[in-house]
Amino acid sequence: MNSAVIAADSRHAAGQRLRESIFRGATLVAALLVLTLLGGVAISLVKGAWPAFSHFKLQFLTREIWNPVTDQYGALAAVYGTLITSLIAMLIAIPISFGIAIFLTELAPPWLKRPVGVAIELLAAVPSIIFGIWGLFVLAPVLQRHVQPWLIDVLGPLPLIGRLFQGPPFGIGVLTASIVLAIMVLPFISAVMRDVFETVPDVLKESGYGLGATTWEVIWKVVVPYTRAGVVGGVMLGLGRALGETMAVTFVIGNAHRISPSLLGPGTTISASIANEFTEAIGELYTSSLIGLGALLFLITFSVIAAARLLLLRLDRRALSSV
Amino acid sequence: MTRRGIRKVTNVLALTLSALATAVGLFFLGAILWTLLAHGLAGMSVALFTENTPPPGSSGGILNAIYGSVVMTLIGILIGAPIGMLAGTYLAEYGRGSRLSTVIRFVNDVLLSAPSIIIGLFIYEILVVRMGHFSALAGAVALAVIAIPVTVRTTEDMLNLVPQGMKDASTAMGAYPWRTITSIIYPAARSGIVTGLLLAVARISGETAPLLFTALNNQFWSTNLRAPMANLPVIIFQFALSPYKNWQQLAWSGALLITFAILILSITARIVVSALNPAGAKQR
Repeated sequence: MNSAVIAADSRHAAGQRLRESIFRGATLVAALLVLTLLGGVAISLVKGAWPAFSHFKLQFLTREIWNPVTDQYGALAAVYGTLITSLIAMLIAIPISFGIAIFLTELAPPWLKRPVGVAIELLAAVPSIIFGIWGLFVLAPVLQRHVQPWLIDVLGPLPLIGRLFQGPPFGIGVLTASIVLAIMVLPFISAVMRDVFETVPDVLKESGYGLGATTWEVIWKVVVPYTRAGVVGGVMLGLGRALGETMAVTFVIGNAHRISPSLLGPGTTISASIANEFTEAIGELYTSSLIGLGALLFLITFSVIAAARLLLLRLDRRALSSV
Repeated sequence: MTRRGIRKVTNVLALTLSALATAVGLFFLGAILWTLLAHGLAGMSVALFTENTPPPGSSGGILNAIYGSVVMTLIGILIGAPIGMLAGTYLAEYGRGSRLSTVIRFVNDVLLSAPSIIIGLFIYEILVVRMGHFSALAGAVALAVIAIPVTVRTTEDMLNLVPQGMKDASTAMGAYPWRTITSIIYPAARSGIVTGLLLAVARISGETAPLLFTALNNQFWSTNLRAPMANLPVIIFQFALSPYKNWQQLAWSGALLITFAILILSITARIVVSALNPAGAKQR
């Protein structure tokens, strides 16, 4: 080899090394940007909420009042609404999602599996605002005319739980919001459950059948215990969605900053309050209180989602393609 | 009843209930699509696509909102996709197995499920407050922030599907990692990455909450990125809740358009995956 070739060769190698470090650097910067995004969100929320936090101190958390005229704000009603709607939504969505996941993994014939699975996934692709107008114009009237009068007549007079079903049937309110939320999170929960159910080794299930167990016994005593962490993770992921869901709830909850003992009454959630009032909020304290609500929502959803992800992290990521 | 009988009955009951649950899920999808068709088709006309949003009581269309949605979604994906793809590349290749990647992957998963209204507040704080006014640009950036975690996730998953042997072969030829990634791995994972981008577009084009206080809305035709811009989701929100019949009709038609556009995108994405990349058929 003569010296000219060697020189050209090392020039080429230097060029390659330069491009290598540029490309590598670009991917690292992009990856670090993802990291700073989360930090940026947290810092900007706390900064924006600071005037409200320092003015009301702990009272921001403990008071139900929300009055723009007198500039008094407390987050209690919104936090309560967020938690109660999500709780009821989960009570409805968990059994249905479980049923769907079982149907898709254990019951459906192969030709039905894919179309039904895709249809359920498409329910997750429908934008939340569509659930909102559907909930307001279709579901709410149906509930008002047929379901709520029945709840008031039958469950209303009962002791204890009766209080939850009293008052006039408005159609919109906490219960309606919960039902819409349940429909929205059900595809997310069932997708996770389906994916974790499919990770159960066939040998385990076949051992169950070999001992004479029925399909249901195999599901309940083999599949569910084997996938418990994944199932809980999926449920909490759905809970995270429900807590932060905005547009659908805004349409149907009635937007009243008070804690109504009845589930049929109007209420509000953190995200619905922000969506409704933010652009019309006048004055630093009002805006800041709304951002303060956002900071609370961030804290709540972050804890739930982080816990869910930690549970799911233990499982094989490859098996959990859908979350 | 015998013990065996009880077990059999329980089995049949449980399985019937699970089939019923699936029927309930499908019923809601059907009910929503049916409602959209029933209300939305009535408003389909040429004017819908050629005229801007009218004042209450007079006729018009949603041209400005369609334009705004397309522009903001495109800018959002143009900002979000490169960042997401590069970060996904880091996680799958350079940073594979490192502690930093584990942390970033976790943070990305949290961002993936974070409420979109929080992203809206974030962009309001860092862009709208600084600029002093609402703008289409702020809306597009908010959408980009939502698109990034989706793209990171799909890119990483798809790059991981490329057989290690192909990478090793390229390295054995003396290629630097960047050469292997851009000339071997990206082409091999192309269909999967495209699918991820389609899904990201589908995700952000229906988002309403992050646009409410970034892009806001605009009654008129506007192409100025530094000014508020009309967009379909916010138009649907405002018009559906208005007392005016013509506005409500426009909201339904807009809802029909946006939902079917998103469903077609999602279905296309799935077909692309299963046709070009059978190994990745399970990946979304």
